[in-house]
Amino acid sequence: MDQFLSLYGNLSNLTWQMVVMWIIGGLLIWLGIRKKMEPTLLIPMGFGAILVNLPLSGAVTQTINGLIEEGPLDILFNAGISNELFLLLLFIGIGAMIDFTPLLANPSMMLYGAAAQFGIFFTLALATLFGFSLQDAASVGIIGAADGPTSIFVANYYHSRYLGAIIVAAYSYMALVPIIQPPVIRAITSKKERRIHMDYSPKNVSKMAKILFPICITIVAGLIAPRSVALVGFLMFGNLIRECGVLGSLSETAQNVMANLVTLVLGLTVASQMRAEDFLNRQTLFILVLGLAAFIFDTVGGVLFAKLMNLFTKKKVNPMIGACGISAFPMSARVITQMGIEEDPSNILIMQATGVNVSGQIASVIAGGLLLSLIAR
Amino acid sequence: MENFAMALRIMGMGMVGIFSVTIVLIAVMSLLTKVFPPEHEEV
Repeated sequence: MDQFLSLYGNLSNLTWQMVVMWIIGGLLIWLGIRKKMEPTLLIPMGFGAILVNLPLSGAVTQTINGLIEEGPLDILFNAGISNELFLLLLFIGIGAMIDFTPLLANPSMMLYGAAAQFGIFFTLALATLFGFSLQDAASVGIIGAADGPTSIFVANYYHSRYLGAIIVAAYSYMALVPIIQPPVIRAITSKKERRIHMDYSPKNVSKMAKILFPICITIVAGLIAPRSVALVGFLMFGNLIRECGVLGSLSETAQNVMANLVTLVLGLTVASQMRAEDFLNRQTLFILVLGLAAFIFDTVGGVLFAKLMNLFTKKKVNPMIGACGISAFPMSARVITQMGIEEDPSNILIMQATGVNVSGQIASVIAGGLLLSLIAR
Repeated sequence: MENFAMALRIMGMGMVGIFSVTIVLIAVMSLLTKVFPPEHEEV
């Protein structure tokens, strides 16, 4: 009988905090499946959150009877996330997915991408008021990059112990862009501004320019912000194999098979940082609030910059496109296009919004690199 | 408070940094499209 009962002995190691983490894991899975919110990441993360919060879980490293037993999720974390390998591989896939033609056709759109990074730096300052160290504040602020891999890269660079919460916030808010951005935009623009028409004259870009673009961007970003060179370089390498025209099979593999494989492992591995003892604390709540602030102030930064530009330019821009400067691609461009149509069905902003949105991809990576340069590890 | 003051300085430097990099990148992109315009058949 005793032997039989000992089979269930592990139940005594269960804590209420673990049960709370199961509920959070279940919530992430539910959001992924029912609400289709970033399912590729939230479902593995949700499952992982349950996996690592089982008492004496063999999925993570445990010390049992004085002996260290390494868990596969910790092994994967050390092999792929703590050295940034998975993220850089994912960046190749993302680079291969993005068509930068709308940006090359209208490079000045990139200014809005830069302005929309304001939320990152504003939240960094705000986070220090909540008692976070500069390194942790930078890790929290980068949620405003609206770019999961960049958030993980920066938070991991600073060895932030809030990595789990930062990732949950980053991916959740990215999925909530259609809910977060519209009310913020409406609050700071007038109906008249939202109805501004922007003429779009299709402009082709030569193949040579598209091929040289990723090479030049890497060199420039590398020279000015050397810390960003890994992020920018891998993103641009992915874009080069897309645009060169002779690596179709590699480009397709990077966009699909490789990106999917890395995402699959990434979600589960990241969950190794969602242990109850690290996750359930006041700071996690602060991070969720600050992450939302980062998205809001990104939007505010982009829109106000567009309004500022309108004071000095003859050709007015619809200030809503400033909000697309966040990196959530193509969701943000879609939201703004939809808002433009709602205000005036004849106002189609899709091309301008897409141009700003892809510029946000580059700008957020550069912002991440700048943070790494400005704040020592 | 000391961290906050430092963070404000980083915010300023970060925004100036991102705009300066952006302006260089815009110049590079403009140059690329000027030097390598689309050929007739691509238009």
